[in-house]
Amino acid sequence: MLAKVYVTLKNGVLDPQGEAIRHALGSLGFDGVNGVRQGKVIELDLADGTTEAQITDMCERLLANTVIESYRIEIA
Amino acid sequence: MKAAVLVFPGSNCDRDMAEALRAAGADVRMVWHKDADIGDVDLVAVPGGFSFGDYLRCGAIAAQSPVCAALRAHVERGGYALGVCNGFQVLTETGLLPGALMRNGGLTFVCKSTPLRVATTDSAFTEGYAAGETIALPVAHHDGNYFADADTLAMLADQDRIAFTYADNFNGSRNDIAGILSENRRVLGMMPHPERAVDAATGSTQGMALFRGLVRQLADA
Repeated sequence: MLAKVYVTLKNGVLDPQGEAIRHALGSLGFDGVNGVRQGKVIELDLADGTTEAQITDMCERLLANTVIESYRIEIA
Repeated sequence: MKAAVLVFPGSNCDRDMAEALRAAGADVRMVWHKDADIGDVDLVAVPGGFSFGDYLRCGAIAAQSPVCAALRAHVERGGYALGVCNGFQVLTETGLLPGALMRNGGLTFVCKSTPLRVATTDSAFTEGYAAGETIALPVAHHDGNYFADADTLAMLADQDRIAFTYADNFNGSRNDIAGILSENRRVLGMMPHPERAVDAATGSTQGMALFRGLVRQLADA
C-alpha cells in the first residue's frame, strides 16, 4: 500500500522560503499571489495492513516536527 | 571532569569541541552515533556540522540514533549536555530543549563573528561571564532561526533560561534567542560556536570562559 504524507509549516509560523517564492512570482509578473507556503511530500511504500494510527505515529515521532509543522496523511 | 563528544556522519566540529574541552582540562572521549553506551561522563557535547546531510530536517535523523537514546538517559539522570549549532538542532529534535531551529529569515547561510549578550550567568556554562556582558562568537549556519510559541517564550524568560541573545539578530530568531537552557539548567543549546573561539591564533578566546566554567563546576561536583 502507498501513503503520502504532506508536511507544511503551521499557520502562524513564518515561512521565509514561501515568502521568497512569492516575491519571485511577483517579479515574473504573476500578480495576486497573496501567499505561498512551501512544504514537502513524503511517499511511503508500506506493508499491506499498516494502519493509519501507525502512520500517524511515524509522523509524530519523525516525519514532522510538530513544534513548527503540521501534517496530513493520504492513503492511496 | 569527563566529557563525551558525539560523532555523527556529517559532524564537522567534533574535533574542535574535543580540543576546546581538553584545553579547559576535561578528559574527553569521542562516541560514535551507533554506540548505545556513552560511558560514565559528566558532560555530553553534541557538536556542530551537518549530521546525516541535514536530511528531512536538521538534526532529525541524528535524534533517532542509538547514541541519542543514551544522551536522553544521561540528561534524565541529571547529567550535563552542551549542543552547539547542529548539536542545538539535535537537542530540540530530541525534545531535550523546547522550540525548533528554522531556516534563517534572510534564507542565506551566514558565516561570521557576531556580538552576543550573556543573558544569564546562572548556569555552569555562563557563570564565567559577567551579567549583560557582550561577547563575540563565530556563527556558521543556515537554520538558526529559533522558533517557539508565545507560551514557551514566556516560560523561557520567566525561568531565566535564555543564555545568550543576538545583539544583532541576523537570522530572525524569536526574542533574539541564540541559546537556551533546560529547566534544571544543565543542558545548553546554542547556535554560535564557543569552541571556535578558544585560541588567539584563530581570532578570539571569548568562548573559553564557557569551557573553563563548565570544567571548574563539574570538577567540584
